[in-house]
Amino acid sequence: MAIKERLSGNEAVANAMRQANLDVVAAFPITPSTEIPQYFSQYVANGKVKTVFVPVESEHSAMSACIGAEIAGARSSTATSSCGLALMYEMLGVGASLRAPVVMACITRALTGPINIHNDHSDAMAASDCGWIQLHAETAQEAYDQYLMSFLLAEDPRVQLPVMACQDGFITSHAVENIELLEDEVVSQFVGTYEPQDWLLDPTTSTAFGPYDSPAYLMEHKRQQSQAMRNALPVFKEVAAKFEQISGRKYDVIETYCTEDAERLIVLIGSSAGTAKTVVDELRSRGEKVGLVKITMFRPFPREEIAQALSGAQAVAVLDKSDPMSGIGGPVYADVCVALSQSNRRPLLVNYIYGLGGRDVRPEHIEQVFEDLKKDLRDGGWKDDYRYLAVRGE
Amino acid sequence: MAKDTLEIRWHGRGGQGVKTAALLLADVAFFTGKYVQGFPEYGPERMGAPVTAYNRISDKPIRIHSNIYTPQYVAVADETLLGTVDVTAGLSPEGGILINTQREISEILPLLNGYTGKVCTIDAVNISERILGKYFPNMPMLAAVVKLTQFMDEGIFLEKMETSLKHKFASKPQAVQGNMEVLKCALGEVRGL
Repeated sequence: MAIKERLSGNEAVANAMRQANLDVVAAFPITPSTEIPQYFSQYVANGKVKTVFVPVESEHSAMSACIGAEIAGARSSTATSSCGLALMYEMLGVGASLRAPVVMACITRALTGPINIHNDHSDAMAASDCGWIQLHAETAQEAYDQYLMSFLLAEDPRVQLPVMACQDGFITSHAVENIELLEDEVVSQFVGTYEPQDWLLDPTTSTAFGPYDSPAYLMEHKRQQSQAMRNALPVFKEVAAKFEQISGRKYDVIETYCTEDAERLIVLIGSSAGTAKTVVDELRSRGEKVGLVKITMFRPFPREEIAQALSGAQAVAVLDKSDPMSGIGGPVYADVCVALSQSNRRPLLVNYIYGLGGRDVRPEHIEQVFEDLKKDLRDGGWKDDYRYLAVRGE
Repeated sequence: MAKDTLEIRWHGRGGQGVKTAALLLADVAFFTGKYVQGFPEYGPERMGAPVTAYNRISDKPIRIHSNIYTPQYVAVADETLLGTVDVTAGLSPEGGILINTQREISEILPLLNGYTGKVCTIDAVNISERILGKYFPNMPMLAAVVKLTQFMDEGIFLEKMETSLKHKFASKPQAVQGNMEVLKCALGEVRGL
């Protein structure tokens, strides 16, 4: 029986962490980390879990401790946000190349500067090419569910890669919403007992971890790592199918909403998908053929699924909650463009940078994008595809 | 926003428990089977700075994730905000505003930018200090919001709050009785209904 609750996204993930049969949680116990280790350390102190909690002195150490624990053969996890994730950066690549299936709850918040604590995706996007699988949640429910699915995905022998299970800082992490938790035993059975492939403390064999990789071998190792990342996409679909059996909730690498006959589509990631759905409903009730594509799995990028979902549209706006200052648009836009590069039918494509540093994303902003697309189609093209949404001084 | 969702905006100052009030309101609404959202608008967190918090309450799942700009109801925990924060911005004339003050409604009206909806007040200072001997405006405000919005039965509200407070004050059960007394008094002391 599912447990009906009302929890913040942070508390929901802390519960998932408690239920996931973890051996080690290592986390930096103050800002810029999240409430997740705070809740979790209380579970440890109150004897609700047997996990070893390591309150390390920095985020760099948190990631190092998790990688070390994984190599020793222990299931490990951490949580962080913003500058904390940035401080982990060096170790993110190390963990991925060591094929250490660490699961991280990432509460997406703006990367300073200017100094800002609020939601955007600049932290996760800056770390999206470190070899970590990346999942993004729209709601506290999805944050809880995807964090739990992450263990099966990360530890699958065809994958063996770390996973960042992301949710939007404050918007879902600090907001109380309705949620259904799974029972402890159900989760315990779902995640199972961790059986590492290779591990340092295995007495039956000897394995080296992290030695120097010379030019004679490094490319082969990278090729294997790349293959593991590509494998993660079909494996996620399998994991999602298993999860549906215990939860009744369906997940895929993308979610499509009213896309079938849509002329104009928005593509985005995270909590604003909910706001966009309400706008789509409103515009549909007025006869406008609009729809939404939400990207759940950003790494590996669901190229075929995106190309398929956008194939029927006349105009598509890709919304990015970070600006990498590339001069040509955001990271989601860049990948959507690659996904469509081999399609015979390509819709008119535009990019919007939105919601930076906690700028509230209102229904009228989403409506404005659909309206802009209508104008672009009428004009038969655009002058500039690199746009900012709801910004003063344009 | 869809008319089937009750939207409430809270204004207060850091330290007055406005966020807690919004979360407790989400709690009691949840206990009656509603879909809820309760969230603060985080700013530079410091005592005395203006704070905003929000509630959405509905019979249907709530998907929207943005702040509330056209609330049916507004609750103001600190009347000194009336000159500096536009508390009636977007407020529906079909709804109402609740203000924590000892002043007469006629004295408050000129500070509300011509708002034509229902204006109610509660003397949360008096209630809180009389019963608890301390000033916590959020609990009287919470009860007064339930009174004003009428979105749930008062008896059920008190019953659910008692459960909630027993959980919240598990380590100091003596706090439950006083707070329950505050809630009961506040339900009866809302002016301007």
